[in-house]
Amino acid sequence: MKHRISALFLGTALALAAGGGAMAQDKNIKIGVLTDNSGLYSDLGGVGSTLAAQMAVEDSGLAAKGWKIDLISADHQNKPDIATTIARQWIDVEKVDIFMDVLNSGVGLAVNNVVKEKNSVMINTGAATSDLTNAQCSPNTVHWVYDTYMLANSTGQALVKAGGDTWYFLTADYAFGHALERDTTAVVVKLDGADIGTVKHPLNSSDFSSFLLQAQASKAKIIGMANAGGDTTNTIKQASEFGIVAGGQKLAGLLLFITDVHSLGLKVAQGLSFTETFYWDLNDGTRAFSKRFSERMKNKAMPSMVQAGVYSGLVHYFKTLEAMGGNPHDGAKVVAKMKELPTDDALFGKGSIRADGRKIHPAYLFEVKKPEESKGPWDYYKLIGTTPAEQAFRPLSESACPLVKK
Amino acid sequence: MQALYAQLLVGLINGSFYALLSLGLAVIFGMLNIINFAHGALYMMGAFCAYFLLSLTGIGYWWALLIAPIVVGIFGMILERTMLQWLAGLDHLYGLLLTFGIALIVQGVFQNYFGSSGLPYAIPDYPQIGEWRGLQGGMNLGFMFLPVYRGWVVIFSLVVCIATWYLIEKTRLGAYLRAATENPTLVRAFGINVPRMITLTYGLGVGLAALAGVLSAPINQVRPLMGADLIIVVFAVVVIGGMGSIMGSIITGFALGVIEGLTKYFYPEASNTVVFVLMVLVLLIKPTGLTGRAA
Repeated sequence: MKHRISALFLGTALALAAGGGAMAQDKNIKIGVLTDNSGLYSDLGGVGSTLAAQMAVEDSGLAAKGWKIDLISADHQNKPDIATTIARQWIDVEKVDIFMDVLNSGVGLAVNNVVKEKNSVMINTGAATSDLTNAQCSPNTVHWVYDTYMLANSTGQALVKAGGDTWYFLTADYAFGHALERDTTAVVVKLDGADIGTVKHPLNSSDFSSFLLQAQASKAKIIGMANAGGDTTNTIKQASEFGIVAGGQKLAGLLLFITDVHSLGLKVAQGLSFTETFYWDLNDGTRAFSKRFSERMKNKAMPSMVQAGVYSGLVHYFKTLEAMGGNPHDGAKVVAKMKELPTDDALFGKGSIRADGRKIHPAYLFEVKKPEESKGPWDYYKLIGTTPAEQAFRPLSESACPLVKK
Repeated sequence: MQALYAQLLVGLINGSFYALLSLGLAVIFGMLNIINFAHGALYMMGAFCAYFLLSLTGIGYWWALLIAPIVVGIFGMILERTMLQWLAGLDHLYGLLLTFGIALIVQGVFQNYFGSSGLPYAIPDYPQIGEWRGLQGGMNLGFMFLPVYRGWVVIFSLVVCIATWYLIEKTRLGAYLRAATENPTLVRAFGINVPRMITLTYGLGVGLAALAGVLSAPINQVRPLMGADLIIVVFAVVVIGGMGSIMGSIITGFALGVIEGLTKYFYPEASNTVVFVLMVLVLLIKPTGLTGRAA
């Protein structure tokens, strides 16, 4: 009995010392994966993003070093109001330290404000809008995988240079579609091309024939699809039905994911060219990760770049916290340290995070293989061009972000 | 002007899906008094059924048009026998909640196994007669390029709609059915098995949904949520046309497709809401719907 009481005292004293002595010794981390678990984007984020986070936690080996890491996830249903409610609850009640994924630009921008206000951390791997690191940049946010500027720059430039100088846009009518159209138009106009029209369709439409007919009537050389997920796959499928490509117009997928190509099938998707920053078959590192990932997915899917970004982002976050010796639960401080350290992981290679919160790495221009070129399921892409990290994203000299010192 | 013709035709194509789906709903509501919220899920099952037939057994589109409605129709009849029949005589709300729950479960199960982006299903390329390759390709109408498949959808669904209308309004079987909804006890006294007839009617309504699913598989991706996106619009169609009115739902289905098509041309941002604006207007002016009779 005596021993137990003295042990209890000792324990309490130690706990007090730990709590009061140094914040840096707090080794608790809580990760929140906020994504679309049930809607049109759930294949490119969704449970796959949570799995990627889980794998990052397991691979970090932090548990063996005395860290305690919790992982929770929620479905934001692509609704900014639901997302911000969850975000506030996660920060205030669940004490979540870092938000991962947060796909959908409308949702991403809304959560960006909450995270800044509450001094938390967001590594956004899914939202496309380049505003996250431009006008609306935040000291608490890192934008990891891609953005509309980069997509427009890479795909847009390649297509205009190949002769596609007149564009007609099919644009998803919300923050993401508008940003993607705006950034692509800027590239097209800069290269002496012309944006000759646009039609805005509601998010999650199923029939695109009316919009496609308008695009067809415009006689534009390129029909730019400023939409994503199910909207893009349906557009592509119906465009082939209406003989758009056969009629000499070219479809430009401004944002396509490997899950979209898988869903379309190579017969319909062949020949499309678009930009991604990750593909499972790039090198040994990506292949090894993707094989492990796919084995644990229910439908054996390979990771999308959004899901790969969740893993890669967490690798860097863990590395930063280890370098800091503990979790200070101070979002801005952690992000500042993340920007100091160079990034390096098997999936995206070496890179860095700029002052505006933009993580930079190379952008790859892929072309979808013909059915006879593919060796099996998920063997879909041919690499046709690479933009180096420094040129892929918006130059800091053009940035409207207040965090960038000029 | 040419563009306008094209939009009218495209509207008619979409209208044929609305008509087929709202027809099934109207049959079920008119005969069983059930607001069938599972209709979208059953439509989705029809499309998946066609996909499985092709990928697992190699059975193509044409047979799927026949087999999928039967398979899904049987599934519907099992639902009716095991669950829906116990709700007869209760408030509409019970049927609505039960079928809504069924829809969520079915969609959830499919989404769990097949994700959300969907599966590919190609337009059939047989039989090959001369330069025709099944229903692939298209023809130039002068004002637009009409894919053969879309033309087929309009004609086929018109035929199915009229046949269903004829079956219910003009045949002896249809007369029994309508009598059974008016006064089941009396019809039973004439020696007609009313519960079996009701089950078959539900199967027919469900089969129509599955048929629409097969028709839409080559146009849209075969996705677990394909029905959830559509069903709300279709309900609006049924409300506008007058709940339970067969001809009303057919005509409104086609008409609303055309109106939606025109909206996509003149003000595309509103194309997802125009049907509901119309629904509100119709309910304000004529609460029983365009062809509905006062209860």
